[in-house]
Amino acid sequence: MDNTTSDILMLSIGGMGILLALTLLGEFLQMRRGPADPSPVLETYMTRVKSWWGMTILIALALLSGRLGVVILFLFASFAALREFLTLTAKARADHYSLALAFFAVLPLQYFFIWCGWDGLYTVFIPVYAFLLLPIVSALRGNANRYLIRVAETQWGLMITVFCISHVPALLNIEIAGYDDRAVLLIAFLVIVVQLGDLLEYFFGRRIGKTQIAPGLSPKTWEGMACGVVCAMGIGGLLAWITPFGLVGAMAMAAVASVVGMLGTLVFAAIKRDRGVKDWSHLIPGQGGFVDQLDSVFFAAPIFYHLTRFFWRV
Amino acid sequence: MKIIRRFAAKIVGQAIRLFASFITALRADWQGIEPVPRQRVYFANHTSNGDMPMIWSVLPPALRRTVRPVAAADYWLKNPIRAFVGPEVFNCVLVDRRPEVKDKPMDKIIAALDEGSSLIIFPEGNRNMTDEPLLPFKAGLYNMGLARPDVDLVPTWIANLNHIMPKGEVIPLPLICTVTFGAPIHVEEGESKDAFLSRAADALSSLRPQEREAN
Repeated sequence: MDNTTSDILMLSIGGMGILLALTLLGEFLQMRRGPADPSPVLETYMTRVKSWWGMTILIALALLSGRLGVVILFLFASFAALREFLTLTAKARADHYSLALAFFAVLPLQYFFIWCGWDGLYTVFIPVYAFLLLPIVSALRGNANRYLIRVAETQWGLMITVFCISHVPALLNIEIAGYDDRAVLLIAFLVIVVQLGDLLEYFFGRRIGKTQIAPGLSPKTWEGMACGVVCAMGIGGLLAWITPFGLVGAMAMAAVASVVGMLGTLVFAAIKRDRGVKDWSHLIPGQGGFVDQLDSVFFAAPIFYHLTRFFWRV
Repeated sequence: MKIIRRFAAKIVGQAIRLFASFITALRADWQGIEPVPRQRVYFANHTSNGDMPMIWSVLPPALRRTVRPVAAADYWLKNPIRAFVGPEVFNCVLVDRRPEVKDKPMDKIIAALDEGSSLIIFPEGNRNMTDEPLLPFKAGLYNMGLARPDVDLVPTWIANLNHIMPKGEVIPLPLICTVTFGAPIHVEEGESKDAFLSRAADALSSLRPQEREAN
């Protein structure tokens, strides 16, 4: 077993240890209340912990299986997220072909380019080629009603749910001196830092949060966010050994990823408010949809990718 | 031979169900009604050929086994593949819509109800191609409710199929589809046909998820 594999195993075991503790805590609280007195908060907590188990196991297996596994995992995550996003956007009969192309051509091609490692292509494919092609396909069917809204919303969905998330597996393509096959660990770092930062931001926001960042949009507070970012920095520091960044670098990268991720969540709160929905779908029990789960990763991934590339590439 | 056909029908049915779930993340929403095995007529809005397979797929297995969609014979007997899928996979009650035919659709429907089957029907009669949420209902639903008053008439709203698989398109779009089942209705004592049909249409359109103002 090589170093990378044993590090992934160690991280997975650590993650599962935390989840086991959270599961036992929930079971204990449930036992103390007794079956006669169910609590909805506790029920939600338990379904969420179950969903986390599923996600942790899936991500660990993908990382262990290597490049192809990671690309396929994120391809399906993109598919689910794009489906949720385009369910809520404006569309007409005239967009049938362009939407079918988005799902069945643009999305798989983007991940194919990532799998091949063609960074000159996957960084421009959606912002340039899909951006120009899909509106043409829609226009050819000759329906001008709300045309700009339709094509703009479709492109936005592709950028967010395909282009942005695909930058997570794209981390495998950055060549870093002395880091070689350990790039899968960068994915673990990004996902752990952003997701835990989010969770702690939520926890502290409920405990000590006072000043809302964007009232009327989301209950997020400056206090919660500050605590979340500090925690993410701490976690980033603890995980510095799996990165090529060094201690200070790892803390800085964790802070940036987590700040951008939290602000991304705010953007998605605005979209949900606009569309009058609470969750994007019901696919992940206790959490809502894939977009609800990934909204912070959407924003953090491309920034994290380009900072890593800029500062640490050979 | 018969056993092989039945086995093949089961496999094809499962494949259709898995495909529908994979493409649309199909989900049932039971509002004011439980998914229990009672005799029911599910009446639904109709915008796409995918409507019937969606309701069929979303029902729990125990309910799916006893449900029979009412469908047009001219469509399902057009070629050998459809003639296998319609009657054998979905176990359709095939009715002939041509007025000159002797064999009346309502007789076949009542016969299926008397065998204990639940039914899926589309009371608009045809696929709705307009911007209106529903077309006016045909009398069939009223006649069923009058003839067999014990059967629950369940409004069933299928969301988004007009985008997923519009008439004339071949490739389905992967968008989320939710099928909402509402509280059952019955024909009341002395209720006129028109009053009942408009009450049924209201019960169905009240299940429609709120759509954003189009502008």
